[in-house]
This record gives sequence, C-alpha cells and structure tokens, in this order.
Amino acid sequence: MDILQILLTDSFWAAALRIATPLIFGVLGALICEKSGVLNLGIEGIFVAGAMAGWMAVWLGAGLWGGLLVAAMVGGFFGLIHAMLTVPLGLSQHVSGLGVTMLATSVSYFTYRTALPKVSSPPKIEPFQPLDIPVLSDLPFIGPVLFQQTAMTWLALFMVALVWWVLNRTPLGLAIRAVGDNPDAADAQGLSVYGLRIGAIVAGSALMALGGAFLTMSAFDSFFFGMVNGRGWICIALVIFASWRPGKALLGALLFGAFDAFQVRLQTEVGAFVPSQVFLMAPYVLSIFALVIVARRAEYPRALLQPWFKGQR
Amino acid sequence: MTESRVLSLNNLSKRFGSVVANDAVNIELHRGEVLALLGENGAGKTTLMNMLFGHYLPDSGSIDVADEAGEMHPLTLGHPQAALDAGIGMVHQHFTLAENLTVLDSILLGSESLLSWRHNRRAAREKVGRIIERTGLAAPLDEQVGKLTVGERQRVEILKALYHDARILVLDEPTAVLTPQEADTLFENIDAMTKEGLSVIFISHKLREVLAFSHRIVVLRHGKKVGEIATSDADERVIARMMVGADTPVTPRETMEPGAPVLQLKAVTVKGDNARTSLHSVDLTIRAHEVVGIAGVSGNGQSALARMVSGLASPDSGEMMVSGNKISRFTPPVMQEAGVGRIPEDRHHDGVIGAMSVAENLVLERLNDAEVRKHGFLQQKYIRSQAEELSKDYDIRGPGIDADARLLSGGNIQKLILARVFECMPDLILANQPTRGLDMGAAAEVARRLMEARTRGAGVLLISEDLDEILALSDRVIVIHDGQLIEAHSKDRETIGLMMAGEHV
Amino acid sequence: MIRIEPREAPSRWWTIGIPVVSALSALLLAAIPLAAAGANIFEAYGEMYKGVFGSTFAFTEMLTRATPLIFTGLAATLAFRAKLWNIGAEGQLYLGAMAAVVVGTGMIDAPSFVLIPIILLAGATAGAAGMAGPAYLKTKFGADEVVTTLLLNFIILIFLQMMLEGPLKDPMGMGWPQSEPIVDNAILPQLLPRMRVHSGLIIALVVAAVAHVMMSKSVWGFKLRAVGENAAAALHAGIGVKRTLIGAAVISGALAGLAGVSEVAGLRGYLTTDLSPGFGYTGIVVAMLAGLSPIGVVISAVFIASIFVGADTMSRAIGVSSYLADLVVALSLICVLIGGFVARYRITRTTKGDA
Repeated sequence: MDILQILLTDSFWAAALRIATPLIFGVLGALICEKSGVLNLGIEGIFVAGAMAGWMAVWLGAGLWGGLLVAAMVGGFFGLIHAMLTVPLGLSQHVSGLGVTMLATSVSYFTYRTALPKVSSPPKIEPFQPLDIPVLSDLPFIGPVLFQQTAMTWLALFMVALVWWVLNRTPLGLAIRAVGDNPDAADAQGLSVYGLRIGAIVAGSALMALGGAFLTMSAFDSFFFGMVNGRGWICIALVIFASWRPGKALLGALLFGAFDAFQVRLQTEVGAFVPSQVFLMAPYVLSIFALVIVARRAEYPRALLQPWFKGQR
Repeated sequence: MTESRVLSLNNLSKRFGSVVANDAVNIELHRGEVLALLGENGAGKTTLMNMLFGHYLPDSGSIDVADEAGEMHPLTLGHPQAALDAGIGMVHQHFTLAENLTVLDSILLGSESLLSWRHNRRAAREKVGRIIERTGLAAPLDEQVGKLTVGERQRVEILKALYHDARILVLDEPTAVLTPQEADTLFENIDAMTKEGLSVIFISHKLREVLAFSHRIVVLRHGKKVGEIATSDADERVIARMMVGADTPVTPRETMEPGAPVLQLKAVTVKGDNARTSLHSVDLTIRAHEVVGIAGVSGNGQSALARMVSGLASPDSGEMMVSGNKISRFTPPVMQEAGVGRIPEDRHHDGVIGAMSVAENLVLERLNDAEVRKHGFLQQKYIRSQAEELSKDYDIRGPGIDADARLLSGGNIQKLILARVFECMPDLILANQPTRGLDMGAAAEVARRLMEARTRGAGVLLISEDLDEILALSDRVIVIHDGQLIEAHSKDRETIGLMMAGEHV
Repeated sequence: MIRIEPREAPSRWWTIGIPVVSALSALLLAAIPLAAAGANIFEAYGEMYKGVFGSTFAFTEMLTRATPLIFTGLAATLAFRAKLWNIGAEGQLYLGAMAAVVVGTGMIDAPSFVLIPIILLAGATAGAAGMAGPAYLKTKFGADEVVTTLLLNFIILIFLQMMLEGPLKDPMGMGWPQSEPIVDNAILPQLLPRMRVHSGLIIALVVAAVAHVMMSKSVWGFKLRAVGENAAAALHAGIGVKRTLIGAAVISGALAGLAGVSEVAGLRGYLTTDLSPGFGYTGIVVAMLAGLSPIGVVISAVFIASIFVGADTMSRAIGVSSYLADLVVALSLICVLIGGFVARYRITRTTKGDA
C-alpha cells in the first residue's frame, strides 16, 4: 500500500482520533494547571488512577457515566494533594508531582490487587460503544471518522471548546490566566491566588483522570498494569508544543494520534525490514523533537513553577 | 478645590526589625486635591502607601476614608480588598499587571463574579471608553500588556483603578520610569481627573514636577513627617532643605592626590531594551585614591554600567580599560582577574548564597586561589581560619561562620560581601547601592571601609540613589541621566538635584 | 490571618529528625490500606519485620535490594543538588546494563581485575551519555530536562527490547528476549556463600563515600551546591553555571549507569527488560528521604529496600498485595516533602484588623 493511500483511508483517521482522545483530556488538564502557574507531574499517576477507578466503578455497577464521575473525582482528589503541597506550602512542583504520580499509581495497583487478588486476566466491562448516529455515520469518510467514535471522544472534543470558552470568555478564566502570569496582579485586585490555583489543579486533574478512564472504558474494556505507558508525560510535552492553547492542544493531540496510527500501518508495510520497536519508539522521540523545536520560543506562563506566598512581595 | 476631607492617616507607625519605616505619620487629603508626598529613597513613602493599601499592617495608628456621601469611616487595615472597596486605587512603582492579558482584560480582572459564564466585555468597553474620554488616558484596549510601553502600562494601571471607581488614587513615583513627554501627558491626565473630583497622592522625589503639579506637599524624612506646605508657598530651596535636612553627616576624609587611572571607559554604548538598561557613548575615568559617585534617579542606566563593570554584560561599542589593560571578554572571572572588586546592588540575590555557610560565602570568589584549593579540594583549615579572622575584622555578627548566610541580617550580609571583596585587594571597587536598606551603624561601617580602600590606593565607583551618601564619600560626582554621564563641577546639592532631574545647569 | 514565615535557624536535629519521622509516618499511614485490605495490622508489620531481620538470608536480600537504590539515589542526589531534574535514572540504568552486556559477554577476554573495572567504566560512560543528551538540550535549546528524561526512559526501554530481540539476543535463550550471560571474569563476586548479596554493594558504599567527600570537600562539589542554591549569585561570583550543570548531569547519569552494571554483573548475570522494577524512580525518593546527602542515601536506601523486601514476605505470608511497598515509598516522599516545609517555615497566626 502506498503511503498516500494510508492517509486517505477513513479507518486511519478514525484511529488517529481514537488515539488522540485520552491525550486531549490529558493535555487540557495539564494546560489548565499550568495556566494557573503550577506544573502537575502527577498526570501519569492520575491517568492510572482514572483508568483504574473508572473501570472498577463500572465493574461494581456504577454505570458508564457513573464510572466517569468516579474517575474524575479520584483524579480531583489526587490533584488536591498536589495542590495543597505546591500552592499553600509552595513545595517543589517537580518533586510533589512525581510523588503524586507514585502515590496514585501505587494506590491504584494496590486497590486492584486487593480487590482481585488471584486473577490472571481481569474481568471485562461493557465499554462505551461507538455512537452509531443514523444518516451521519453513513456519510462517506466523515461518517466513519467522526460519527462512529464513542461518546468519550465527543466529550473530549466538547471539553476543548469548554476549556477554551472558560479560559478566554469568562471572568474565571481571566483570573486563572492572570494568576499564572503574575499572581501579584490578581492579588492586587482582591482575587484569591490560592483558591484559583487549587481549583485549577483539581479541575485539571479531574480531566486527566478522564483521559485515563478512556483507556479502560472506551479503548479497551479492562485494566492492565502499565497500560498508561507514558501517555501522561507525552501530554506534558504536548502542552508546551501547543503553547498553552486549547485549540492547538487539540491539533497537537490529533497530529500525535495521526502519527501513531500511521506508524502502526507503516509497520505492517515495512515491518519485515525494520524492527517494530523503531515504530514504538517514534512517538516518544517525536515528543522530544517537538519540545526541542518549540522550547526556545515557548511562552511559558510567567509564574509557572514560582511559589507565591501571600503578603510577601 | 473644596475643603472636604476624603482621607485621613492617623499616627501610622511601622517597623521592620530594627528599622523604623514610619513613625507616627499624620496626613490628610481633600477632595480634588493633588498631594505630593516627597522624600528621599528610604524616607518611608512607599511603606506608608502600602499600609494605606492594605499590603502592610501598621504597628499602630488608623486610617479613615470618606464614602461617596463624604462620611468618614475607619478602614479595615491589612486587606487590599477593603482598600479597593473603600475607593482607594494604587499604582505601584512596579506595575502589577499580567503581561499575557489584553488591556481590556487587565482592567476587567477582578471586577466580575467568577461564577459568571461570560464577560460583559461590551459594557466594560463602554465604561472604559467613557473614562478615557473624560481623562484622556489613551490605551490600546485590545493589545497585550506585554507589548505596551512603560507609559502605556501606567495608564492601564490608572484606568484599572478608575474602572474600579477609585476616588483616591495613589501614584508611587509615577514618573520614575517615564520619558519627560510621557510625564507631561500624565500630569495633564491627572489634572483632568481631579477636575472630576478625584483626589491624588503622588509620591516623588523630583522637585520640579512636585512644584509644577501638586497643590500641597508633605515631606518625609527617616520615616517622620518633617514638613507640610502649600505648593504656592514653596520653592525648590525650601523643600530641598526639608527633604535632605540642613546638616550633612561628615565622614572624615583626607585630601589625596589621585593616582594612575584604574578604570577608563571610552565611548561605551550599551543598547538595552529601554532607558533603564542603556548607556549612550559614555566616557569615564576613575583614578587610584579616588571615589567617583554616580548620582541619579534609578533607571537611568546605572544597572547597565554596573552589569558591565561586573562582567555580566558586554558593551555594544566602545572600550573599557582596568588599570590600563583593555578588557576584551566581559565575564566575572575576567573582571576578578583584572582586579575589580564588585559589591552587587541586590546583595541577597547576587551577593550571597543563602543556603551555604558564612565561611563558604567568604571564599565564593576565590575558588581558584592556591590557598583555598589544593588538588581540587577545599582547604578547610585555611577557609575556616580565614573566616574567623574576617568575621572579627569586619565585625560580621551572626550565629557563627558555619551558619547559613541567610541567617545574617542585611548589614552583616553586606559586611560579609565587603570582607570577601576587600580581602582580594582590588584596584577598582564597584559599590552599587552599598548602604541601601542598612541601619546607620552598618552604613557607617561600609563608608569607613570604602574610605580605607581609597587610602590604600583603590579607585571606587560608587553608584547610589542616596545623594547624602554620594556627597559625603565622593571626590567627584557624576550625574547619570538617561544613559549619559555628566560631570558635576561643584558638590552643590541643589545643582546636582536639578541635574538628576535632567535640567541643564 | 495565617502567615508563613521562614524559621530563623533550623537546628541540626531537624535534618535527621525529619526523614526519620517521615519514614515512620509513611509506615504508620500504610496501616490504613492494610486495614482496608482486611489484614491484621500487627501481623502484617510483624511479617514485614521478619522479612528483613528474620534471618541472615533475609537481611542480605535486603542489602541486595538496597545496592541499586544507593546508586540511583546518589544519581538523583547529585543532580537535584544542582537543581537539575534528572528523572531519567531508570533509562540510564538500562543504558549502563546494556553497555556492561556488550562489553562483558565475550567482547574482551581479560582477567577479573581488568574486566570488572572495564564493564563498570563502560556502564558509567553509557549512563553519563544518557544524561548528557538532556543536559545539552537544556543548556542549548532550553528544553525542559524533566520531560526529556522522562520520555527517554521509554525510548531506552524500547531500544533495549529491540537489542534483546536483535544483536544482543542470546542464541541459546530458547527464543526469550534476553542477553547472553556475562562471562565469569566480569561477574561481581558474591560477598557471602549461598547469599545473593554481591560486591556491587561494596562499590555502592565506596561511591557514596566518595560522593560525600566530593560534595562537601571538593571545589567541584562546592560549585555544584552554589549553582543549585543560587545560580545568580554563583554567576556573579564567577562560577561557570552551564559547565557545572553539564558536569552534574554526566556524573548523575554515570551513577545511574553503575546501578545497571551492578544488577547485571552482580545479580542477574544476563539482561532482560525487567531488570529494574523502577529503581530509577525509587532513587528519587531515596534521595529526597536522605535530604540529598550522599551518606543519608545509604541509610534511606536500606530503609526503602527493607520496605520492599519486607512487603514481599508479608505478601506471601498473609496475601496482602506487595504493591503496599510502592505505596509506602510514595507516602514517604510526600511526608518528607511536608517535613521539609515544617523545618524551613513556621506558620503563625497574626491578629488581623484594626491594630
């Protein structure tokens, strides 16, 4: 098959969007945190926790949407831990984030093993099904790409619009952007820097958890160890690539998804000559590459990583 | 101007450790009035205004503010929000603007409910438009703050205050960062605003503008109110005397014959981002046995000069020679090698490593000396005995030579830096704001050490905003204004003051 | 109103007390998940104790587990001291292991006293190269080293898979993706008969002692601390900041590489993709718990290793998942972070209002 031909198939683009979905949640979540001035390296662990919690809630009978709610709440909880450590206490955002990743991961694995001590293959749930919207899903090309995705992909796309709206069109978003750029400016207008940052981290972490939940509740139907596999870290790179803009975050996630889908297809073409690992490695290499080209001109939120204490100017 | 009071500061006092920043200050402000708060750096002006705005909590005293109807109410202290609600707006010397926001968004920030699902940008735009119309404070509403000039940013700050219905506006050194043209525009705007009933306090140490634009002048010195006068009754000599006091402390000094040049700048130009960081083709010679004081309002190129002599920045053109040797690479080690001792402006940020011990900080610049380093290892015995000795010689008081440097007071940190610099016997000493924020005793010690180095044969480049200090220590005074150096031919306070304000004398 | 103020002089006591209290708090907090899992808490802690101190074998197993943690803990310590966030010790460990396998599986034929230093050097070099890259990207392009080192971990692990299915694959390995065994002359000798603890531990202790001396006594260590604590003042004083950062990166990577050599040549004898159960990441906790002190790293590595080995025993005895160990490790990190805050700041109440 020709390379061009791959790019023209609807299944390729459908796969790209599917692969992009958890990243969209993750990038948006990381973006909200960083816009408020706090790096959240808890993302990798929060993905794991979201994947585990959502799946287990469904398995226990919470229903799919109930599962998503549980995942978001668990994500928000771990976000709150990170927020308390980094905002009022002003501790190292790097170390705290890694700590939250370790904590969320180990709590998830421990809970899973405690609930299912001796299973070799975990129970399956009935995951989100592709929305088969009549008429629309039968459209050529557009139909399979857009209208046969699951509700979670639609939720992710809706979140892009919502996050964009909140950040750019509401007083709350304005306050968050100000806090991440110059907390003194927000403080001088009587806004609570602590409250805004904590809120942003909790909300962002909830979104990250939904990214994790997509893996167990839409992409697959069960929970495995190591299934997140660095997706969280990739999101951290993508946020920089996206210059902290929701629209660009969507674009970045889609490009990434397209690249990933492409390498899988390319692998089947040339797999005989090139080791499969070269393709597996590609997304991570691509992330580093993207980071290096944008790093110098990236406009970091100016207060990112800077602890701020009230009354110390 | 009506006689109705809008603000009354009653007996406000504030101490920071052993330093008295404000001592029982009383000030009243009336509707439509422009009150100038005058004083030298460190006189306590900014601290006073920070108490008014709730950033600092006074140790004692109270504040009353009039409401819209003119009734006086006590202000809840220590809460910026209370000050905002009472109709007090403050424009800090260092703007509190988020650079990533547009002008309109900056003005809107904090004015709407956070639960609202969208901005009412149209109504805001109209209200801001009306304010601009009335006051002439033009600003591009849809531009990002980061792209604005300093003058425009200041207008945004004022618009922000007016948008929040401020009836009292405090401007902290509003012209310090402005070009003369921008300053003129600002005062036209202020004039228009007071006609609308706004009351303004502006903090300054520039006599000319105070006389030209205020109605009443209050002078602070060493934290105390030392004078109050209607502007119509004042002239420059009167308020200059109030500001600096009649007597200048005399540091004993012997006249010395200047020796060979230790620093020569020839047509040095530094192209900075703005006036604060630029030098325009300056020439300067400092000789052995000579202290040259650079007087000027901050932000006129002092930092460019200091960074270059420190080895932190290179000039764009021109040349610099130290003790006759041309400097071709501008790095800190090159300067150390050339015999330049550097006392940095921000002693906490650039002078010491707070989490390392006093002894370690004392050898920070000597890591390649044979006494300090042997086969790549630190000579602990030497370092400690040296530290003990220097602590005694320079009277560095604190928990001991093994304690972290951050535990020292500002004065003792400065003594530590002096000890480190002076022990290397530099030919040229850059002393950048060497006594800023120090108490009298520590400041006197710094002065004594500088004079001692002069006697020994060093040349001193003294950069200071404190004119008293410059006059007391310098053999020659050079005024820095707008990136240019102008020699003052007499040590006459008023002449120098006018030169600092950019007047040609 | 609550204010946060720096403490005047945190006493020496804090620096020892904080990690100890943090570690104990983490252990105590673990009672919650233990209880939730339905275990008898006292029995569980008892089994954990037995798992470490119950026999000579148990104790040596703990030391075996502590060995790579000392290396990765030191790697994190040196980097973090310079405020260089090397999160890539996991990857650097595998690079070191790969280099050891390349050199140590028959490429060179030499007696032990020659070959062992060679594989150590090879592993250290490979690890150093693994961190030199991100440090270069940071100083040259401003690319955040946290993200690059994290992503490199994945890249290196996939690269390892490729090597183990390709050039490094053991032809006698029955198809398993594993390397050929290390030749006998390259094996780090065991310390005690019939115990797995090996001379990698001695090397780790020596390296920790050297690191301690270098950090506290050498000019290099002085510069490293100065750059980490206040880069602006270090620059003003004439210390080469970029050069110091690259140096810290190289040494940090080399130490992580040594962890890989030690595991391959001291314990496993051959290389697989599950050589490290996250030693690189755990090293960060070891370093933080040690307050970034090289000697402290040895103690905290022993503590963390005890948790892992003890939890394994406990898990086998009473069936509670051994992921409890990871949980305690994560909790230790968070507790020590909070402890560090308590040591540096005090929270005071100020009377607000009309004064």
